[in-house]
Amino acid sequence: MTKKERLIMTIASMILIGTFFFPIWKIDLQAPQYPEGIGLRIWVNKITGASKHDLDNINKLNHYIGMKEIKPESIPELSVMPFIIGFFIVTGLIAAFLKKKPLASGWLALFIITLIYGFYDYYLWGYDYGHNLNPNAPIKIPGMVYQPPLFGSKQLLNMLSVSLPGTGSFLIGVSIMLVLYVLFNNKFKRFQLR
Amino acid sequence: MKKISLIVSLAALIAISSALYNCAGPGDETGYADAAQKVYVAPGQYDEFYSFMSGGFNGQVSVYGLPSGRMFKSISVFSQNPETGYGYTPETTPMLETSYGMVPWDDAHHPELSQTDGIPDGRWLFINGNNTPRVARIDLRTFETAEILEIPNSAGNHGSPFVTMNTEYVIASTRFSLPIPQRDVAISSYKENFKGTLTFIRADNETGDMEIAFQILVPGFDYDLAHAGKGPSHGWAFFTSYNSEQANTLLEINASRNDKDFVAAVNWKKAEEYLKEGKGKRVKVDYTNNYYDEEEHQAHSEMRNEVTVIYPEDCPGLIYYLPTPKSPHGVDVDPSGEYIVAGGKLATVIPVHSFSKMLTAIENEEFEGDIDGIPILKYESVNAGEVENCGLGPLHTEFDGKGYAYTSAFISSEIVKWKIGTWEVVDRIPTYYSIGHLMIPGGDSKEPWGKYVVALNKITKDRYLPTGPELCQSAQLIDISGDKMKLLLDFPTVGEPHYAQAIPAEILMNNTKRFYELEKNKHPFKTGGEAEARAERTGSEIHIYMTASRTHFKPDNIEGVRVGDKVFFHVTNLEQDWDIPHGFAVKGALTSELLIMPGETKTLVWYPKKEGVFPFYCTDFCSALHQEMQGYIRVSPANSNAAVSYN
Repeated sequence: MTKKERLIMTIASMILIGTFFFPIWKIDLQAPQYPEGIGLRIWVNKITGASKHDLDNINKLNHYIGMKEIKPESIPELSVMPFIIGFFIVTGLIAAFLKKKPLASGWLALFIITLIYGFYDYYLWGYDYGHNLNPNAPIKIPGMVYQPPLFGSKQLLNMLSVSLPGTGSFLIGVSIMLVLYVLFNNKFKRFQLR
Repeated sequence: MKKISLIVSLAALIAISSALYNCAGPGDETGYADAAQKVYVAPGQYDEFYSFMSGGFNGQVSVYGLPSGRMFKSISVFSQNPETGYGYTPETTPMLETSYGMVPWDDAHHPELSQTDGIPDGRWLFINGNNTPRVARIDLRTFETAEILEIPNSAGNHGSPFVTMNTEYVIASTRFSLPIPQRDVAISSYKENFKGTLTFIRADNETGDMEIAFQILVPGFDYDLAHAGKGPSHGWAFFTSYNSEQANTLLEINASRNDKDFVAAVNWKKAEEYLKEGKGKRVKVDYTNNYYDEEEHQAHSEMRNEVTVIYPEDCPGLIYYLPTPKSPHGVDVDPSGEYIVAGGKLATVIPVHSFSKMLTAIENEEFEGDIDGIPILKYESVNAGEVENCGLGPLHTEFDGKGYAYTSAFISSEIVKWKIGTWEVVDRIPTYYSIGHLMIPGGDSKEPWGKYVVALNKITKDRYLPTGPELCQSAQLIDISGDKMKLLLDFPTVGEPHYAQAIPAEILMNNTKRFYELEKNKHPFKTGGEAEARAERTGSEIHIYMTASRTHFKPDNIEGVRVGDKVFFHVTNLEQDWDIPHGFAVKGALTSELLIMPGETKTLVWYPKKEGVFPFYCTDFCSALHQEMQGYIRVSPANSNAAVSYN
């Protein structure tokens, strides 16, 4: 690694600290009687409402269709994820300190695999909430499931559910781009020289 | 000959009335084509102003939007309201406590917005209770009554409540003079035994908490209305009085003899100096001060036992009488603070006094006598001008901030627009019918928002679809943005609005409270969550700690209650979202229902008198399964041993 690459690798690692301060994903629900909006924010370590009482209010609405109450404390991933992010920050910094590109390649591969697994895991939770409904729910519509979209929007009864990456995901994206630059910038340069 | 002239004048009257009817009456539709656009607020759009209108004999305050005239809310102030439980629940009955006991009604006349630097600031709205003298303070974040203060040594608290420029004081005056202190005397001894009071209430600048700073004991006239000075006249307050004849019977004749009665000009800054010198005397008298603790969701009533009274004869320079024709009603100070306009209801002119002339006259001692040591200034020495041709029965004046004044004339049923300084009438418009007060948003402040004037009429007769003998009262919205006044809209009002106030919507709407934070709820019988829901017996009292949330009560089955018990349903609304109130009603309740806002706790007291099973349910359509939000309470015989149980 050059001096510059080393600096960029350091930034790429440090930038991940930001994921503790911004949500990774956001789900916004739109309905006529919620002109002010109502939604969820998924963080590396918690799930909150878009505003203070939204999570409680969403749980109240969900009980009509028999969806399990969303209780952040019952989702183990939320207590593990901060350590995983911490691991990548530390190992990324080690790679920068040792100036080893192969270490950075390994770091990136592992990070992407982890992200894909995380995304899959998130899908499973969504599937579970959307399909595993209380058979005694007051509102039962045959064939209707309430899995929020992973990405994009979907009409769920009266609610339009819009699911999009949050600022935390953009930070992760920036981190990955920076590491890709560290790994491949001299190849691009050579390509340009030819 | 007499008969002929009567017939001629009758014919003339009919001709004039029909001409008026034809040019602006209900039959004329073409004249209002563009009026519709000016008052139309499109679906989902907001009104430009909030307007607060007193409810008169309904004892409440109603909130309207202008220019649409749509009513949004009735604020419970001096009267019980079974719709919400106000004045019925143990939490709110203390608000209506007085030195006479719990008085569940009053006659509310004059709303007044708090001011900062002479401009309505949207923090509080004050309003008077006329019958059992009280002043209430409404919190404009919650649109709920926050405090009620009883006014001692007063009867007919009509000239009230009017604020000074920075709400240093809320002023009040007694319409009825009384033996002070109260005692058993012959009514015919009025002249020697009866006195009036002018009351200065201090409102805390941060909290709004009211206390009586001092009262001034004045000669026994009828003190009718008031307004505080502003700008150069800040530090003074002006009170109209009639019945300077001091009649105690058949006032319509006996109190209408004198050509002139008085505007009392009070130098309250001087009063403060005299108080510092110790000129005030502590006088024993009982009165209540009630306030609502928003976090406890509970009102408290405290009895006070004395007030400080100032006697004008001990305090020269405190108060002066300005002779004013004739039996004056309203007294209004123009935005500059220089002119004091009196509505001489039996006068043929509107007298306007000059504050600067008054100061000069005081300095030069241009007095024509005194009453009980209060100097009477010479009319010519204080009068700035008289508005002639002002209509019959002028009552109240408001200002547009552009150099014009607008006076309501009750008998001739019109609003008269005149120019300050030249005293010329420049325009007039009929009102339907018999206008009392009129109101321009901020029209009694330093900087009026002079776009509309609202006429508050006493009689509607044929203006609306008839509803039997009792008809609605009515307001009329008039455009005053141009040279000529233009009638835009009639709208019916509830109760009988006397005065009103209005303020631009943006000053209030962003401060509105959406719900009460459950975590801040300090009600002693709060139920913080469903896990805490329960029922407990203490002797013959059953306390049910109940929660309401979409869409169930918890507990919703209660057993082990006996005939003769006293049952308290303490219902906490667990919702934390805007506009999700729950209601609570139980069969056979002798009081009211409850309407519980999110995060709030309210209590319904219920006396089981018969054995059986009795239902309760939610009365506010809260959600899709509102109709399922119900439960039962079982009542066993008085000698039953069943323990309290619930689920």
